[in-house]
Amino acid sequence: MSLAHDARVAVRPAAVTQRPARTWPEINNPAAWIVAVILVVMPLIASGFFLIEIFATTLILGIMALSLMFLAGYGGMVSLMQLTIAGFSAYMVAVFGISGNANISLGWPWWLAVPMALALATAFGTLGGALAVRTEGIYTIMITLAIGAAFYYFTNQNWAIFNGHTGINTVATPHFWGVNWRADIPFYYVVLAVAALCYFAVEYISRAPFGLALQGVRDNPRRMAALGFNVNAHRVAAYAFASFIAALAGVLQVWNYRQISPGSVSVGACIDVLIIAVVGGITRPIGPFIGALIFVLLRTFALDFLVRLGLDGNRFRLLIGLGFLAIVFWSSDGVIGLWQRWRQSQRSRDDRQGGGRGHG
Amino acid sequence: MSRFVERHPAWALIAIIAIAVALWLIFAVWPPGLEEAIGRKRVFLNAVFNGITLGGLYFLVASGFTLIFGLMRNVNLAHGSLYLFGGYVGYAISTATGSWLLSFIVAFILTALVGVLLQVIVFHRMEGQDLRQTMVTIGLSIVFADLMLWACGGDFYQVQTPNWLIGPVELPLITAVKSSGEPVYLRYPMVRLVIFAASVVIGVSMWLALNRTRIGMIIRAGVDDRDILAATGVRIQLVFVAVFAFGAGLAGIAGVVGGTFQSLSPGEDIRFLLASLVVVIVGGMGSIPGAALGALIIGLAEQLGSVYIPTYAIVVTFLIMVLVLAIRPQGLLARR
Repeated sequence: MSLAHDARVAVRPAAVTQRPARTWPEINNPAAWIVAVILVVMPLIASGFFLIEIFATTLILGIMALSLMFLAGYGGMVSLMQLTIAGFSAYMVAVFGISGNANISLGWPWWLAVPMALALATAFGTLGGALAVRTEGIYTIMITLAIGAAFYYFTNQNWAIFNGHTGINTVATPHFWGVNWRADIPFYYVVLAVAALCYFAVEYISRAPFGLALQGVRDNPRRMAALGFNVNAHRVAAYAFASFIAALAGVLQVWNYRQISPGSVSVGACIDVLIIAVVGGITRPIGPFIGALIFVLLRTFALDFLVRLGLDGNRFRLLIGLGFLAIVFWSSDGVIGLWQRWRQSQRSRDDRQGGGRGHG
Repeated sequence: MSRFVERHPAWALIAIIAIAVALWLIFAVWPPGLEEAIGRKRVFLNAVFNGITLGGLYFLVASGFTLIFGLMRNVNLAHGSLYLFGGYVGYAISTATGSWLLSFIVAFILTALVGVLLQVIVFHRMEGQDLRQTMVTIGLSIVFADLMLWACGGDFYQVQTPNWLIGPVELPLITAVKSSGEPVYLRYPMVRLVIFAASVVIGVSMWLALNRTRIGMIIRAGVDDRDILAATGVRIQLVFVAVFAFGAGLAGIAGVVGGTFQSLSPGEDIRFLLASLVVVIVGGMGSIPGAALGALIIGLAEQLGSVYIPTYAIVVTFLIMVLVLAIRPQGLLARR
C-alpha cells in the first residue's frame, strides 16, 4: 500500500496544476510561441557545433527522457530501461541497414531498416514492460534497471549480432531527394520535427481517454480495476507507446553519432536518462527537454568551467550527481517545480504589495 | 517442507531428481562417455565450487540490501558504492598494516558509519517516500562513484591474501582415476573455502539473531508493520539506524572479500549492485533465506554458464530472473 501511496506523492502536483480544459495549453502561451520560433530559426543563429552537439543532442536526449516522463508522470512507473530500448532500436538500424561492419549489417535501405528497428524495439520494450508491470513502485525501478544492465552485458559479449564491445561503426545515414539528411541543417530539422511530434503526441495522449485512464491507474489502481478498467493492459499499452518514442530517439541517435556501441547503453547512461527527466520535472512533457538542455550544457561546458575555477575538469559527474541530489532534495518536480514555486512566490508578493498599497 | 511436497508432488519429485543428479555429478567418477560429451569433471567441479563461493560473496552483499529493504522499504541503490568503499578501505588497511583480519574490522566499522550518516542525515528526512529515497540513492551512488574515482583512480586493486590462506587444499572429491587406478582429488584454493565458510557462519548467525533474539523480533515486527511497532513504544529510529549500519557494514565486508577474490576497480559497484538486485528479485525481497537461495542460484548459474555457454552467461542469469518473475513475481522465498 505504501508503494502506491508514494507513487502518488511524487506526481501529485500534476493533478493540481493541470488545467481540465481540453485544448492545447500552448496556444495561448506567448512563451511557447517564442520558444517554437527560436527553435525553427535556430540554424540562422547557431553554428554547426552548437546546432548538432548542443541542440540536436538535447532534443534526442529529451525524446528519450520524454518517454520516461510519460511512464513516470502519467503511469507512475519509473522505468530505467528507456535508454536500453533506444539503444536496441539504434542497434537494429545498424544491423538491418548499411554500416562499416559488412559481415553483420544486412544492407537494407533505410526506409526498410528504420520501420523494422522501430517495430522490434517497440516489441522489446513492450515485452520488458509486460514483465515490469507484474511489480509496482520501486520494484519497477529494480527490474527495469536489471533489464538495462543485462542488455548492456549482452551487447558486450555477443559478437554475432552486436559485435561485442567495439560495436557497429560508420552506420550509413539517409540520402534522398538530393539531400544529405545527416548534414547539419537538414538533420537538425529532422530531429526537431520528431521531437515536436513526440511532444505533441504525449500532450495529446495525456488528455485523450487512454491517458486519463492511465492517470487514474496511477492514482488508484484498485478503484480503476473496480470500475472495469484492465489495469495491467493500460500499463503495458503505456510501455508500448513509450517504447515507440524511445525507439524513435534511438534511430536519431545512431544517425547522429553514426555508430553504436555498448558504451552508449551502459547502466550509467540509463541512469542519466532518469536524471534528465527528474531534473527537468516529470509532470509535464516540456520537463525532459529542459532537463536535457541542462545536462548537455553541463556535459559540454563543465570541463572548461571547472578548469577556469581552478578545479579538476574531470569531476563533471560529481557536479551532475550533486545537482541531481539538490533537485531531488528541494523540489519534487525538478526545475519546472522550482520555477513554478518562484513564480507563485512572486505573484503572492505582488498581491501582498498591491493589497498594502490599496489599504494605505 | 512436507507441506510443499503435499501441495506440489510433481515439483517435489523434479526437485528431488535434480538434487540426486547434481549429487551424482559431484561425487561419482564420471564415465568416459559423459566426459566426452560435456568435458572434464575437474572443470565442472571447479565451476560448481566457484559458483558456490561466488554465491557466498553475493549473499554477503545482498543480505544487507534485502535487510535494509525489508525494514525500511528503501531500495538502496548506493549499496554497490558501499561495497566498493569497503573494498578500498580494506585494501588501504591491509597494505598499511599487513593484517587481513584487521581490514575486515575497519571496513565494517567505516562503512557502517557511512550507513549511519546516510540514515540520519538523508533518509530520516524523507521517511515513507520510497520513490524519492530511491532517487536520492541513485544520486548518492553517482557522487560516491566519482569521489572514489577521484581518490583511488581507475586502477585495479587486489587485497593481499594472507600467507596462511594461500595455496590449494585437497578435497575428498575424486575428479578422475588415473590409468594406474590411483584417484585424483580436487584441489581448490583455501581462501575461497574459508571465505565461503565465513559467509555461511554470518548467514546462519543472522538468521539466528533474527529468529531467536529480542532485537531480531523487533526487526521482524518492523518488517511486518513498522507503524504498529512504533506505536508499541519501540524506538524505531534507533532500530532503523542499527539495521542500516549493519547492512552497510556487511556490504563493506563483502567489499574486502570481493577485493581478495577478484579485484576492485570503478564499475565494480554497479556490477555488485546489479548482482544483489537480481539475487533479491530471485530470492524474494526482504527475506534472508531468500537472499541465500538467490545468491546460490545466481552464483552457480554465472559460473556454470561462463564455463559451458561462455557467450551467454549473463543472459542465463537474466533468464532466471525473468522466469522467477513470470512464475512467482514476489520471489522464491518471499512470504506474501
